[in-house]
Amino acid sequence: MTDTSATPLSDQLAARFGDTLTLSTVRNETTADLAAADLIAVATALRDEPAFRFSELIDLCGIDYLGYGQTEWNTESVSGTGFSRGVEGQAMGRFTWAGRPRDNDHPRRFASVIQLLSIEHNRRLRLRVFCDDDTMPLLPSLTLVWPSVNWFEREAFDLYGIIFDGHQDLRRILTDYGFVGHPFRKDFPLIGNVEVRYDPEQKRVIYEPVSIEPRVLVPRTIRDDADLMQARAEAGDQWREN
Amino acid sequence: MQEIRNYTMNFGPQHPAAHGVLRLVMEMDGETIVRADPHIGLLHRGTEKLAESKPFNQSIGYMDRLDYVSMMCNEHAYVRAIETLLGVEAPVRAQYIRTMFDEITRILNHLMWIGSNGLDLGAMAVFLYAFREREELMDVYEAVSGARMHATYYRPGGVYRDLPAQMSQYRESPWHKGNDLKRINSWREGSMLDYLEAFTADFPTKVDEYEELLTTNRIWKQRTVGIGVISPELAQQWGMTGVMLRGSGVEWDLRKKQPYAKYAEMDFDIPVGVNGDCYDRYLCRVEEMRQSNRIIQQCVQWLKANPGPVMVKNFKVAPPSRVEMKEDMEALIHHFKLFTEGYCVPAGETYCAVEAPKGEFGCYLVSDGANKPFRVHLRAPGFAHLSSMDTIVRGHMLADVVAMIGTYDLVFGEVDR
Repeated sequence: MTDTSATPLSDQLAARFGDTLTLSTVRNETTADLAAADLIAVATALRDEPAFRFSELIDLCGIDYLGYGQTEWNTESVSGTGFSRGVEGQAMGRFTWAGRPRDNDHPRRFASVIQLLSIEHNRRLRLRVFCDDDTMPLLPSLTLVWPSVNWFEREAFDLYGIIFDGHQDLRRILTDYGFVGHPFRKDFPLIGNVEVRYDPEQKRVIYEPVSIEPRVLVPRTIRDDADLMQARAEAGDQWREN
Repeated sequence: MQEIRNYTMNFGPQHPAAHGVLRLVMEMDGETIVRADPHIGLLHRGTEKLAESKPFNQSIGYMDRLDYVSMMCNEHAYVRAIETLLGVEAPVRAQYIRTMFDEITRILNHLMWIGSNGLDLGAMAVFLYAFREREELMDVYEAVSGARMHATYYRPGGVYRDLPAQMSQYRESPWHKGNDLKRINSWREGSMLDYLEAFTADFPTKVDEYEELLTTNRIWKQRTVGIGVISPELAQQWGMTGVMLRGSGVEWDLRKKQPYAKYAEMDFDIPVGVNGDCYDRYLCRVEEMRQSNRIIQQCVQWLKANPGPVMVKNFKVAPPSRVEMKEDMEALIHHFKLFTEGYCVPAGETYCAVEAPKGEFGCYLVSDGANKPFRVHLRAPGFAHLSSMDTIVRGHMLADVVAMIGTYDLVFGEVDR
């Protein structure tokens, strides 16, 4: 990525915003974590100040960190009966609504991730804002800073139930009219809750609880062991470190 | 004096000019739009959620089905995101193949666009012309992947297989025989690259034909000139990318500004509009077809001269060949693990974007180290573009809404995801 400015973006951001932003740069991608209360002020500055000029908001999406790093398959240790079959777990696609994971240990589940683009300086920046309250995720709306965020916030509201304070038109956007729940949350079953069919007796389309069983073919597993090391060794010089 | 009230009109969701399942609720003052409220999501399939429940490679096919007229560009964004997190780089030949197929895809997309947009605005013939060439390029898709549309050809670490040495030919049938058969097979004697060489040599004359039908056509100009004018500031406020932004005079193309694959090595120009109306965007797209043609020619030349691997030799990511599997136990195990469990991607997050024919198509990928993505978000250009609909069509006539839907180049597979 070509950068028209001599100083790296993260240095400029640190100098301008100080402790407001928690910065990290991995593979030339800069991410700034910030608090919801600072969002509007920071966003306005990023858009208007000549050093930044992030004129375009490219993307905003919600994310649910419930179950981050959890696996269903113990691949480290073997038991008396052999390795686990990987059929017990809480990953999506395995549970129904009644059996959904209720893990309340995670400090903050919901975040919204924003991708900004500066056409003038040809660079990108990612902002991440966590919602303080899991039961009522609330963030300030950016619609007055970048109008393009309008539908992206509606999408995050629809799919994750994040409420954007100050949004003029926070309706559902992608799901059906009258849909119940926020389907992209990690505790929403992949098979959904209702199914639709035409009922010839009532002569209309009716909703019923799902009749299918949740099913997963491949267990979710994390391997940070020898595999990666070996792959790295095999790739030799072609390996790029993350 | 009689009181005149505004009229609410429902457009779609299955309107022939709506390019899919768009429902527009419009408040009309006579024939003038007072407010337009697009309702989307009728094609929502939850691609991003589905991807979270599958190993990484199994979701590549879903990407084809997002913007289903620019299939491989979508794959490219997703595959690039995985490669970035894995730290794997595709071999040079694979990069050239990707560059070439991205441009073939761009021509496919623009042909579809010029045909359907022409049809929307009353130019029936262009559609037939455009589909003639689309068919020829579809055959190229078929030759490399076996599928005419949903190819699943790009894989993390390269592409599925090398280009075929023999282009498929028409067989004799009651409909194709004798000299007719000879003529339609004349480009297909050699390899796929020979076929593409013949196609690209011929294609500019075909673009001339479309231009002859439209560029100076009085009706076409009356329907597009001065319609849907977007200022550069407005375009940036609404997150526009691709031709929607370039049509307004902003010189911004990821292929030039943040090059990926082999675009840095390619010689091509970026057309930019002046007035930011539908006509300028039409001109930009037509010129893009010519430029894509140039890029394909350069790729064909390079690919003819430089054979080599098209997939990384890292069996943790890419499958071993069948031959190796027959001889080597390790290879067989790798193959089994790769197609059952998949590979684990190191924890991290990335946003990778490509210049898709419609604009910036991005993939925001979060991995927690597992064999399935933790979160995939696909940034579809059409989604951002359509959100500006209300602002832009206010004060326009109803017929101009159709011109606007056409110029946005909407495909609901990607808008609704």
